[in-house]
Amino acid sequence: MAFLLGVLPALPLGKAGRYVAAAYIVVFAVVLIYVAIMALRLSRMERELGELAEETTVVEAEAIEPLVEETTV
Amino acid sequence: MHPARRGIRSRIGTAELAVATVVTLTAALALVFFYAPLEAEQGFLQKIFYVHVPLAIVSLCGFVLGGIFAIAHLRTRRAVWDYRSYVSIHISLVFAAATLITGSIWAKGSWGHWWVWSEPTLVSFLIVFLLYATYQPLRFAIEDPERQARYASVFAVTAGAFVPLNFIAVRLSTAYLHPRVLGSTSNLPGPMALTFLVSLVAFALLFATLCSFELQMKRTRAHVRALRRRLSFEGAASRAATSSRSAAPRLPATAPRSGGLA
Repeated sequence: MAFLLGVLPALPLGKAGRYVAAAYIVVFAVVLIYVAIMALRLSRMERELGELAEETTVVEAEAIEPLVEETTV
Repeated sequence: MHPARRGIRSRIGTAELAVATVVTLTAALALVFFYAPLEAEQGFLQKIFYVHVPLAIVSLCGFVLGGIFAIAHLRTRRAVWDYRSYVSIHISLVFAAATLITGSIWAKGSWGHWWVWSEPTLVSFLIVFLLYATYQPLRFAIEDPERQARYASVFAVTAGAFVPLNFIAVRLSTAYLHPRVLGSTSNLPGPMALTFLVSLVAFALLFATLCSFELQMKRTRAHVRALRRRLSFEGAASRAATSSRSAAPRLPATAPRSGGLA
């Protein structure tokens, strides 16, 4: 880190530096936005999976209930 | 192989790709800012070249790849090829947008204008970008999944063939200001050529990682939908959810899995 801080001031951060910084920031922002969208989709899918798991539990419980009643009769 | 094991193998594939991408991108950035010498004419502004050109090359290759996958889809009629074509074009479009923005920033710094309409390289790339920007609306306009996949594949093949033709036509034109990169890379000094190649590999890996990640997401989504369909005998709401209109291809739940693009 100390090495980086020692080297960074040597970079020409004048007019050209601003354009270069802007270009690199744009690229990483685009990738970041894309990954954020994917993360949102992933969380939605996790929610859907949770709902499905709940539904499965209900369906299984409904399927087992008559069997339990039959055995008790 | 057991589906769960295949899933784990696929996830490891994406994770490995992601690690390789992070390592290569870090190496590329380090080379760009601490190793590659300043260019004599453009100075520090030339550093944009290491991000702009690899993005352009990878996006154009991605469009062609989308066309190749579309040919495979038209030949085999397997939905998985349509999926790969869709994802490849989708990520390439994101890369192409980044190429246009970084190119404009470079043009402003170098030429003093954000855009030069008389420059064939810029305009031709914009045409390719706009052409592929119609891909998603085209898909969304067709409701029947079978027809949607077929028409999208025909589009991807036609547009994919247009990309190299367009590239050659632009190179044959004489009146241009835009610097030539391919063909002149051999003239670059060693450190600059090495930095450029590492950047190119880094962006190619980024493309592969994002494609692999999105393919995996869509495959998992298809499985969730299939599960919902199996459970949908109980409720009409879930049936409505599975029959919603979408531009994305619909994979059958039994579609073969793979960890990457191939």
